Amino acid sequence: MTPDVERAIAAQLLAMADDELILGHRDSEWTGHGPILEEDIALSNIAQDELGHAILWHNLRKEITGDEPDVVVFWRDAQAYRNVQMVELPKGDYAFTIMRQYLFDAAEMARLAQLVESRYQPMAEVAAKIRTEEIYHTRHTSTWIKRLGLGTEESHRRTQTALDELWAYALQLFVPLPEEAALVAKGVVPEAGEVQAAWEDMVVPFLKHAGLIVPRTRHPIAMSREQHTEHLTALLAEMQEVARLESPEVRW
Amino acid sequence: MVTLTVEEIWQALEEVKDPEIPVVSLVEMGIIRRVEVSGGTIVVSMTPTFAGCPALHVMKAEVEQRLREMGAESVETKWVYSPPWTSDWIADEARAKLKAFGLAPPVKHSGDVNLILLEEAACPYCGSRNTTIKNTFGPTLCRAIYYCDDCRQPFEQFKPL
Repeated sequence: MTPDVERAIAAQLLAMADDELILGHRDSEWTGHGPILEEDIALSNIAQDELGHAILWHNLRKEITGDEPDVVVFWRDAQAYRNVQMVELPKGDYAFTIMRQYLFDAAEMARLAQLVESRYQPMAEVAAKIRTEEIYHTRHTSTWIKRLGLGTEESHRRTQTALDELWAYALQLFVPLPEEAALVAKGVVPEAGEVQAAWEDMVVPFLKHAGLIVPRTRHPIAMSREQHTEHLTALLAEMQEVARLESPEVRW
Repeated sequence: MVTLTVEEIWQALEEVKDPEIPVVSLVEMGIIRRVEVSGGTIVVSMTPTFAGCPALHVMKAEVEQRLREMGAESVETKWVYSPPWTSDWIADEARAKLKAFGLAPPVKHSGDVNLILLEEAACPYCGSRNTTIKNTFGPTLCRAIYYCDDCRQPFEQFKPL
């Protein structure tokens, strides 16, 4: 691999790892605060899965860059994070959390389905591993979307509001990274447009089935993963606080 | 320095139990994939059940510790992801042990984990299949929660993966 290709792969891995990590952190905020005990447990499990997936992507990236995952996670400031804005938004109400998780998981399923064919073997292997676990997420979130969308007037209203707020944010998941074209040409990552089409085939009929109206906007909330909301800074301050009390070399 | 054979190592690893399900070994769970001895170094390849499982560090440390107790000086453990772990690898004896432990063994699926599969669980207490899934998530990443409509016991199943 040429240094250019390596750098582009490392950027892909960082984007995927950051999405998983930040979403996992937001999900973990429900631990001890779930609307019912079983949902508290479910969201805590999903949070733990996403952290596990972030670790897998970070470990792969380390093979290229040599960067220690703990250092990358705990010693990087908001402007160096490469997650999409959707995952950093505050957890909101339960409808918002579930809708965000559903839209994200569906996008992940669409991406992983193609990433398992990646010509970069380590990426294909990790994609296959993560994919086996995601089926439990989509089952859970889609069950809830239906229940809330077709439930009471209030649950429907909150779920529709969440969808309206999140749609443009979700579209950012399909904005190609700056050096992505070269990787698509080499068969390392799938073409973003194809992933988006597969995602829409999955979510649009389903959301309609759940009694919801899919927003019409085609414009992602942001075109670059370098742009963040103010929420990321607050999230990182909390997430990194304990680690930063010590030097990066401290072994826990 | 003690030189261990591959067979001796596999035998020793039979004694390393799953930290979250202490009645079954990592070998029976299909977590230990490969054992190699090369130039005095033992290399144990392991595959994680769930990527976010917090017991992974413990598993690694316990494998290394067990082999050091046997006299091995140089032990290397590594995680491998391909092929990904599947619950089909859980040995039959281990399935019986899981059941005795009160944990329904995962349904075998030959690579096709689908949602209908998840609805199926036999109660580990009375054997009834008249059961209802209550939550696809449980007290650990690898367990789902069910209710037996016959003996009226809640129970957990190791998730098919």
